[in-house]
Amino acid sequence: MIKLQSLSKHFGKAVVLDGIDLTIEKGEIVVIIGPSGTGKSTLLRCINFLEQPTAGTITVGDLTVDADSASRAEVLAMRRQTAFVFQNYALFANKTARQNIAERLLVVDRWPKEKAYQRAREILEQIGLADKADAYPASMSGGQQQRVGIGRAMAAGAEVILFDEPTSSLDPEWVEEVLGLMKQLASERQTMMVVTHEMSFARDVADRVIFIDGGRIVEQGPPSEIFFHPQDPRTKDFLKKILATNPV
Amino acid sequence: MDVLNVDYMLGLVPVLLRYLPLTLQLATVGMVLALILACLFAVVRVLAIPVLNQLTIVFISFFRGTPLLVQLFLFYYGLPQLVSALTVIDGITATIMGLTMHFSAYMAESIRAAIVGVDRSQTEAALSIGMTNGQLMRRIVLPQATRVALPTLMNYFIDMIKATSLAFTLGVTELMGATQKEASGSFLYFEAFIVAAIMYWIVVELLSKLQHYLEIRLNKAYSR
Repeated sequence: MIKLQSLSKHFGKAVVLDGIDLTIEKGEIVVIIGPSGTGKSTLLRCINFLEQPTAGTITVGDLTVDADSASRAEVLAMRRQTAFVFQNYALFANKTARQNIAERLLVVDRWPKEKAYQRAREILEQIGLADKADAYPASMSGGQQQRVGIGRAMAAGAEVILFDEPTSSLDPEWVEEVLGLMKQLASERQTMMVVTHEMSFARDVADRVIFIDGGRIVEQGPPSEIFFHPQDPRTKDFLKKILATNPV
Repeated sequence: MDVLNVDYMLGLVPVLLRYLPLTLQLATVGMVLALILACLFAVVRVLAIPVLNQLTIVFISFFRGTPLLVQLFLFYYGLPQLVSALTVIDGITATIMGLTMHFSAYMAESIRAAIVGVDRSQTEAALSIGMTNGQLMRRIVLPQATRVALPTLMNYFIDMIKATSLAFTLGVTELMGATQKEASGSFLYFEAFIVAAIMYWIVVELLSKLQHYLEIRLNKAYSR
């Protein structure tokens, strides 16, 4: 379970997150939508402490961290409970696909090499890239790189995987294979928080859609309600614009 | 016409070769120490660690801003005057100290640039899986920075091999010192220094070959 209480993030005077309260159940698939620059990515990055939140508390599993007083050890512990998938894949360029996936198990969890590589092999099978085990990122397509990026997040065995616009950098031809893998994870009830503009993915896969604007949660509910019966004018306005180019 | 005394030159080769190991030793020990120091400086600079950062900036500024020969004389002749315990400092130690500090100042800057050049998102990815800063540096950033910095670092190594010849001014009989002695005995200066020059040249050429080989190896991960 994930629980955010009054989570805020200020960059100087700019308020990017303005007191977010949110509870997500284990196994829930949450899709976060909203206009650009309204704090969607920052929200994910704060949960993983890639950004230091200004205030509020974050609970993931049985670990609760207070943003004001987070120690280095708590930040590391929180990062180990959560896994992150980046928009631009961010694979380690000096490591093969297999090493990218095994890296966390070897270095953070201190698994023996053989066990870590065995686990990496299983994940490569799951993401359909067993034949790319020894390939370096530079020799893989964008879609393959992002699947390895997701594989790396899967290896963590994390409470939640945070997806930050995982298909936004991809050429259209690679989007489907990445969304397909995410659907597969969703069907295994991996807890996921996904920031995306892929509205059909949100409609088909999400248990809950959250609309964020101006650093606040404006509206949330099952996709059928948010997409077909939005209440708030800002939600209606946003959906009208995005559905014109990205229909559900 | 007897322009060059070739027999003398050939005879000099085995004599001078005996001093080549000391030259290579000075350069290798200097390079290893300078690399360690330069990596520490670079990390201090990148992470902007308070106090250490400022000290490092001053250190780099001084050792880049003054001639190596002046630094060698400072270590060899100057330090013992200040600290009497250092009167035992010999020419070889002073040379290694000078080479280490002088070249670490240059190398720190190129290592720093290489570190900063590693894609920032990989740093975030490493942190996101719970790596510590040390693990991030050792496993992700430094290996990639090495590849970028390698050509410049090899250039400094080559430079350092040649700079060991300054050790003869501190009374160290390395390749340059030995050549000087032989030449002043035979008065065949041209022949003697040509032999020495060719020896330096061959060593540097071999290193360039090594550099080429290392670059291909390190680039393996980045070719399509």
